[in-house]
Amino acid sequence: MKRFVFHTGAELLRLAEKYKMPISEIALNYEQGVSEKTEKEVIAKMKRNLDVMREAVKSGLRLNKKSFSGMSGGNAGKMLKYAGSKSKKITSKALLKAMAYAIACGETNAQMGRIVAFPTAGASGVIPAAVLSVSEELKLSDEKIMKGLFTASAIGLIIAENATLAGAYGGCQAEIGSASAMAAAAITEMRGGTPKQCLDAASLSLKNMLGLTCDPIAGLVEVPCVKRNAMGVTNAFSGSEIALAGIESFVTFDDVVEAMKTTGEMMPSALRETALGGLALTPTGCRIRAKIGLPPIKSAH
Amino acid sequence: MAYSLFDIAGPVMIGPSSSHTAGAVKIGQFARAVFDKTPSKVTFYMHGSFATVSAGHATDKALMAGIMKFKTSDPQIKNALNIAKKLGIAYKFAKTDLGPEFHPNTVKIVLEAPGKKSMEVIGSSIGGGSARIVKINDFDVDIKAIAGKYKYLVISHSNDSAVLTEVLQKITKFDKYYIAGIQSAHIDNHSLTILNLEGRDLSLKQVLELAKVKGVEFVRSLTKLD
Ligand code: SF4
Repeated sequence: MKRFVFHTGAELLRLAEKYKMPISEIALNYEQGVSEKTEKEVIAKMKRNLDVMREAVKSGLRLNKKSFSGMSGGNAGKMLKYAGSKSKKITSKALLKAMAYAIACGETNAQMGRIVAFPTAGASGVIPAAVLSVSEELKLSDEKIMKGLFTASAIGLIIAENATLAGAYGGCQAEIGSASAMAAAAITEMRGGTPKQCLDAASLSLKNMLGLTCDPIAGLVEVPCVKRNAMGVTNAFSGSEIALAGIESFVTFDDVVEAMKTTGEMMPSALRETALGGLALTPTGCRIRAKIGLPPIKSAH
Repeated sequence: MAYSLFDIAGPVMIGPSSSHTAGAVKIGQFARAVFDKTPSKVTFYMHGSFATVSAGHATDKALMAGIMKFKTSDPQIKNALNIAKKLGIAYKFAKTDLGPEFHPNTVKIVLEAPGKKSMEVIGSSIGGGSARIVKINDFDVDIKAIAGKYKYLVISHSNDSAVLTEVLQKITKFDKYYIAGIQSAHIDNHSLTILNLEGRDLSLKQVLELAKVKGVEFVRSLTKLD
């Protein structure tokens, strides 16, 4: 059987169009090639990820205690309650639920629960939130969700190969930004979008995250991380909607990834996971540092 | 080497931080694997940000969990210190400064057990859940403990090239292995060699066979860091 290999968005799109396959199928085939596993084994492995994601969302929604630092915990349930309430809301129920799920995963992660680092632990809420909420809203099967997860992985793979997925190198644009692009492509395919529309959705979402700093208070993966997952999934929904409206990204996906890489390289290290800049450097940030016994930030100014 | 989709979608792990939690579990697993026994006493010398932010990230629990061979996805990591107490493993955490040449997320682990030479392992968590082992006893090494990518064989042997040659010959007879890397460190007439293999997992029987080669003190196969 022919094995597909791709390293860029352009290559992925060429394969998808030539063989008339969705991105998820190209990705599934690719994985069989690199891992020398059967289709069944690869799917089973992804299914395990899906199971863990569902569990992470569920346990996050139930969490009602605060984390060790007191900065997070208990907000996912609040968000879900609001999503189901009668108050006058201005966005769709699907998006509100996605936001609740994203916070749930983030809170699960902050309190030593089990998550899938997809693409990282800090940004692990965006993709589950997007695919689970969309599948509930549109009554899609698990099989469809899995397609979304394969598509998201393909997008992440291109980012990992050509830029980075680590906040320590690229700032949060590499973590929540990448997760958001991956989620946008995933839900676009799940909703019947073409491969081109999936890449457009990813480009649109990632463009909007360029330059995002990684500035976690006291170095803990809580603030801004947990709620930033909710913002990341919102951004993914927007990217997917714009793409499905037939609007293209003016800049190609590969170019956006390159922009993300160069932007990351230009970012000072204080804004790349060192917890020495941005929100971490504010009076609130410094107060939490002191509270958990960290030495003060010797700021340059 | 080509990425697997599961380098992106995964690993399944216990939060909150791939570098402070998952990476720390792997350093612990590694130390336990080289020591090859559940220690009765472990001392963790925490360096850099491991010394300062360990509590918020549960790095202490993660390290201990690794020593007890928990996986990075085991929900019991949370209770690792209590479990260690129940198992009668004495542990201690101390702050230290290993020097500027070490990565900020570094720990020196000293493992002890009755009737066994104590062992010292230094490891750093380098991000994304990956760990790197930089010292075993007094030997400088460089082992990247990335789940599932390569198989590592740690071989302690006398400093005699014939020994290593024989080990390598045996390995190539087992199966088709591609040797992606090999590093040796020597102190006096003793060597520590790390083989980096691409291929199938070695079976316990095969590892034991390698350990039987004359001049080999021990062989540890590190295939299950997960
Ligand atoms: S702020 Fe930093 S630690 Fe938090 S999610 Fe973003 S990249 Fe990860």
